[in-house]
Amino acid sequence: MSALVLRAGRVSARLDRRALVAMAVLAVVGLGLALLGLCHGARMATPSQVLLALVGRGDSVVVIRDWRLPRVAAGLVFGAALGVAGALFQNLTRNPLGSPDVIGLDAGAYTGALIAITVLSAAPTQLAVSSVIGGLATAAVIYALSLRSGLSSMRLIVIGIAVNATLTAVNTWIVLRAELEVAMAATGWSAGSLNGVDWAEVRLPFAIIAVLLVVLAARAPAVQQAALGDSLAVTSGVDLGRLRLLMMLVGVAATATVTAVAGPIVFIALAAPQIGRRLAGAPGVPLLPAALTGAVLLLAADIAAQMLLAPISLPVGVVTTAIGGCYLIWLLAREVGRP
Amino acid sequence: MTARLTARELTLGYGDRVISTRLSVDIPDRAFTAVVGPNACGKSTLLRAFVRLLGPAAGTVALDGRDIASYRPRSYARAVGFLPQDLVAPESITVHQLVRRGRFPHQSLLSTWSARDEEAVAAAMAASEVADLADRPVATLSGGQRQRVWIAMALAQQTDHLLLDEPTSFLDITHQYQLLALLARLRDEGRTIVAVLHDINQACRFADHVVAMKDGRIVAEGACAEVVDATLMQEVFDLPSIVVPDPVTGTPMVVPTIGAPSPAPGVPRRAW
Repeated sequence: MSALVLRAGRVSARLDRRALVAMAVLAVVGLGLALLGLCHGARMATPSQVLLALVGRGDSVVVIRDWRLPRVAAGLVFGAALGVAGALFQNLTRNPLGSPDVIGLDAGAYTGALIAITVLSAAPTQLAVSSVIGGLATAAVIYALSLRSGLSSMRLIVIGIAVNATLTAVNTWIVLRAELEVAMAATGWSAGSLNGVDWAEVRLPFAIIAVLLVVLAARAPAVQQAALGDSLAVTSGVDLGRLRLLMMLVGVAATATVTAVAGPIVFIALAAPQIGRRLAGAPGVPLLPAALTGAVLLLAADIAAQMLLAPISLPVGVVTTAIGGCYLIWLLAREVGRP
Repeated sequence: MTARLTARELTLGYGDRVISTRLSVDIPDRAFTAVVGPNACGKSTLLRAFVRLLGPAAGTVALDGRDIASYRPRSYARAVGFLPQDLVAPESITVHQLVRRGRFPHQSLLSTWSARDEEAVAAAMAASEVADLADRPVATLSGGQRQRVWIAMALAQQTDHLLLDEPTSFLDITHQYQLLALLARLRDEGRTIVAVLHDINQACRFADHVVAMKDGRIVAEGACAEVVDATLMQEVFDLPSIVVPDPVTGTPMVVPTIGAPSPAPGVPRRAW
C-alpha cells in the first residue's frame, strides 16, 4: 500500500511539474516580451536604459515609464483577462468555439461602449459600465435564444456567431451616424487597439480585472470539477447554478472591461485557453495557463503590430484577426465535422 | 431493516411530464439494493432524486431524517456519491488525475490536498484495480478499465452511500460480473449500494434487496428470493418465464420461455 501511495505521489508530482514548467516558461517569455516592448519605439532603448528608467533614472524615464509601460502592462493584463474569459466560456459551453469573441460578447460590449461615447460623455466609468451592460445583454440574448438546447450545444455557438455578425453591423452603423471626431476615434478602436494607451485610462480596468481574477481564483477548483459534466459536478458537491452565474459574470465583465479601453480584440480569448491547455498538458480547460498564454499572445501581437509597418502602428486587433482567422477556420472545420 | 436514506410521497417529473407520483421507498442501510424494471419506468429518475439532480415536485427525500435539499452541496456529497450513465472524461485527463477529482467535497479553500486525500485515492484505485493504470490517459483505456476508473473516483469520495445508474452497460460479460462483485465487496465493507441494473439474474445474485418498478410505480420490493418469481416477471417486464434456482448461488434465476419450441413452455424438451 505504501508503495502505491509513493507511486501515486510520484505520478502526480511529475504531471504537475510539466504544468509548472510550462507556466514558468510562459512567465519568462512574457517578461522577455515586456522588455522588448519597452525597448521598442521611435527611438530604440537598450535593455539597461529600460531597467534604469523603470527605477526612475536616466533621460528616458518619461518615454519608458509613462508612454511605453502602460501599453506593455495593458498587453499583459488585458491578454490575461481575455484568456481567462475565453477559458470560462469554453468551460461553460464545453466547446473550444464557445469563446466570448466568437459568440459576440466583445461586439456587444463594444456596442455598449459606442453608446457611451456617442450618447453619454464617455468618462472611463461610464465606458466600463456600459460595456459590461452591453456584454451582459448580449449574453442574455444568446442564452434566451439557445435555452431549449442547453448551454453545451452547437446551436448556442451558431446563434452566437449570428449575434456577433448583427452587432458588428450595428456598431458600424453607430460609427457612421456619429460625429466626425467620435467616428475617427472609434474607427481605429473598432479593430481593437492599444495605441496611445496611458496610465489614466488603464488604472480602473486594471483594478477591476484584479478583483475579478481574485474572486475567480477562489472558485478555480470548482470550475475544473464542473468539467466532469453536470451530474458528477452536482453529486460531488459543486453548487452548479451559482458557479455558472459567477463564471458568466466574470467572463463578461473581463471581456467588457478590456473592450471599454481597447475595443474588441478578437481571437485571444479563442486561442489562448486551447494553447495553454496543450502547453500545460492539463485536463479540461484550466484557467491559469489560459491567463498566461493570453498575456503572452496579446503582448506579442501588439509588438508585432508596432513593428510590421513601423513607424506606423497597426491596431493590435488587425494582427490577432489575421492570425486567429486561420485558427478559427481550422477549428470550425474540425468542430462542425464532429458527430 | 434500518434506512438512512428515505423517500416519502415523491412526485417526480421533468417539466409537465410526470414520471412518478406518491413514490415512497427506503434504502436499506449497509445493503446492496438493485433497482430493476423496463426502460423508461422511472428507475434513473428515482436515483436522480436521491442525489439532488432532480428536485421532487412534491414529497421529500431525507438523509438521517433531514430533508436532503437542506444539506450544503459539499456536505451532502460527502455522504452520498453517484455514478451517472453519461460519463465523459475531460480531454487528456489521466487516471490518477480523474480519481483525485473524487476528493473535491473533502477540500476547501483552507484545507487543500492532504495525506488523507492521497491515501483515499490510493485505496480507491487499489479497490477497483486501476492502480497500475495511474498515469495512463483515460481516453486510451478500454470500456471495462474506464468504468473501473470512474468507480475508483466515486470510491475516493468516501461516501457511506453509493448510487450507480446502470454501471454495467457497455461492459462485456466478464467485466459486468467483476464490477458487481466489487460492489458486493463494498457492501461487505459497510457501504450502502444502490444500482440500477438491467439483468435481473445479476441483481438476484449480487443484491440483497430488489426494487422492481413499472410506469413510475414500485411494483414489488424486498429480498430477491421473496419477490422475484414468474408472476413478477410477467407483471413488470411482460416476460413469460420460469424461475429456477441459480445453480451457482441458489438465488432466483429467471429463464425466459420466449423462443422455446412447442409444446408448452416450462415443460422439459423430450429427448428422442
